[in-house]
Amino acid sequence: MTTVERAAASAATSGSPVLAVRDLSVSFRTESGTVSAVDRVSLDLAAGEIVGMVGESGCGKSVTAMSIAGLLPDSARVTGSVRLEGAELVDARESVLRRVRGKEIAYIFQEPMTSLNPVLTVGRQIGEVLQVHERMSRKAARARAVELLSLVGIPSAATRVDTYPHQLSGGMRQRVMIAMAVACGPKVLVADEPTTALDVTVQAGILQVLRDLRDRLGTTILVITHDLGVIADIADRVVVMYAGRVVERAPVIDLFAQPRHRYTAGLLAASPTPGRHAGTERLQEIPGLVPVLSAQPDACTFADRCPAADERCRQAVPPLDAVGAAVTDHLAACWHPCPAPRPQPQETTG
Amino acid sequence: MTPQPNALELADLVMHFGPVRAVDGVSLTIPTGRVTALVGESGSGKSTVGRCVVRLEKPTAGTVRIAGTDVTGLTRRQLRRHRGDVSIVFQDPAGSLDPRMLVGEIVAEPLRLSGARLSRRDRATRVTEELGRVGLRAEVARRYPHELSGGQRQRVSIARALISEPKLLIADEPTSALDVSVQASVLNLLADLQRDIGFACLFITHDLSAVEYLADDIAVMYLGQLVEQGPRERIFARPAHPYTQALLAAAPVADPVRQRQRQPVLLGDDLPSALDPPSGCRFRTRCPLAFDRCATEVPAEVAFGGGMAACHLVQPDGTRPDVRAADPSEVLS
Repeated sequence: MTTVERAAASAATSGSPVLAVRDLSVSFRTESGTVSAVDRVSLDLAAGEIVGMVGESGCGKSVTAMSIAGLLPDSARVTGSVRLEGAELVDARESVLRRVRGKEIAYIFQEPMTSLNPVLTVGRQIGEVLQVHERMSRKAARARAVELLSLVGIPSAATRVDTYPHQLSGGMRQRVMIAMAVACGPKVLVADEPTTALDVTVQAGILQVLRDLRDRLGTTILVITHDLGVIADIADRVVVMYAGRVVERAPVIDLFAQPRHRYTAGLLAASPTPGRHAGTERLQEIPGLVPVLSAQPDACTFADRCPAADERCRQAVPPLDAVGAAVTDHLAACWHPCPAPRPQPQETTG
Repeated sequence: MTPQPNALELADLVMHFGPVRAVDGVSLTIPTGRVTALVGESGSGKSTVGRCVVRLEKPTAGTVRIAGTDVTGLTRRQLRRHRGDVSIVFQDPAGSLDPRMLVGEIVAEPLRLSGARLSRRDRATRVTEELGRVGLRAEVARRYPHELSGGQRQRVSIARALISEPKLLIADEPTSALDVSVQASVLNLLADLQRDIGFACLFITHDLSAVEYLADDIAVMYLGQLVEQGPRERIFARPAHPYTQALLAAAPVADPVRQRQRQPVLLGDDLPSALDPPSGCRFRTRCPLAFDRCATEVPAEVAFGGGMAACHLVQPDGTRPDVRAADPSEVLS
């Protein structure tokens, strides 16, 4: 069984999700007024699944991720609900959140160097997590740190444990971050652009580590990225965000084969993929710009850039609904979804 | 009729920054009107090659010929006459446009510096034409860079680069800072302009899908040296050098069905330092196929199929190794 099939099967059989996000909205107070960053986002993460969240800069994907464990600054206003195995996290006390962070929900970010302490060895930094959350002795924590480093594919972990972050390559540092993140066996790992700062040959290894964590430890992973290639590689299910809203949600194969929201379709058609060359075809452009919203309008936020938009799109927010009667796990928030199926890209090239 | 000189000829280009051997003997030819992609990962020296071509860096050794003229030994003053032959567009348009200058002044600056005697009005006309060519309205000339979006700013950089009608454009990661939807419009624009105007282009990037879309020829760089060169179709269909193979295998394609059928090639994460590159073949420390000879003997460039590969396992008849044949447990050890 492939990972996709396994995840699909587990999603179908498992009951309640590990993490349930309902109507999550986030706005920020800024000097030039309020900015709405996330608007009524709902999302379930089933145990052991890898969900990819994709969108362009400013779509609200990172803000959504940060709000899950209450990592946003005080200028953010968060409403809605985030439940971790039933326990509400929005408006939870700081002491509760502190216990959740690291132990239940762990994060890795784009730039590992800024998240690591340059004056402590990697072993001390991983050990610190275990000493705080698991009350391990320093010696036990160090031994566990070595295990974790080999788990994330760092060769000769027993000696690497005593190195400082600057002595490691970017890929190795990201592996250290992952080791630190999974030290306490979190239920959910949020990976925000985990490979964006890395070269492709290194990226492939990091994505493999994330897959291994899911397969071996059953970690539920939310991968946030702007890179459709990363999504195609690792995600079981995909959430597409645009201007603060979820516009489409589907199993990964369906999303790429039959994008239903016009924005998703536009994003795929804009990406250079293998076999496409300027001599024989043009990339499809999405005219216009992503709007910066002070308030969420009662309309589709993509309408101004959409080839299919009409009056209805400008007067009412399209609900995130199932598209097509037969499929229930493919949702799109569009009044005029793309007809399915889309022609396969490899057939259109010469 | 004399044949047109090549737009760019690099012979044994070397650029050392103190002990750092950023570029270590690169030879590369771009014929008139062709797009050559220079591909490599961070630290490979690909941007330094571009900076040497436009003389933002003075090469340590080797020669740079632009449109038939050897510009390597020229002084700044002598160089000025040839400045119009080559232009550069950078990754970050916000950082490469002077925030205190109006867009019109930015685009006109190469004309002013070329010493061409143009009236104010003629210059304004040329700026309007050039902005139109990159898809910007004439009013944009009276704006400041910060008033524009990232995509518009990159169009301004392209207009500035092309107003002197260069024979060669260096595009250094021109789309890497842009979102996918904006990236598409800039790639389309570069393709249109290149076809219509016919300048040659050195397209420096780490983005292999953009390379396949835009390039005619591809040169692959690793730790300061070229490891493979050839026409786009051949490189993508039959990459010869183990590094090229690994690079192509590692870049995920935006198609989950195909992506999941591909067999990954995992290299170690530890890139050697350009301060002390490995002996023999520089890729040998990460190459799954490396053997004794790779450590002792620098592989010669083997010419085949309109290009070359620098690997002991590549033969002149095009016989090539396959990194996937290696035992995966050895790859990670």
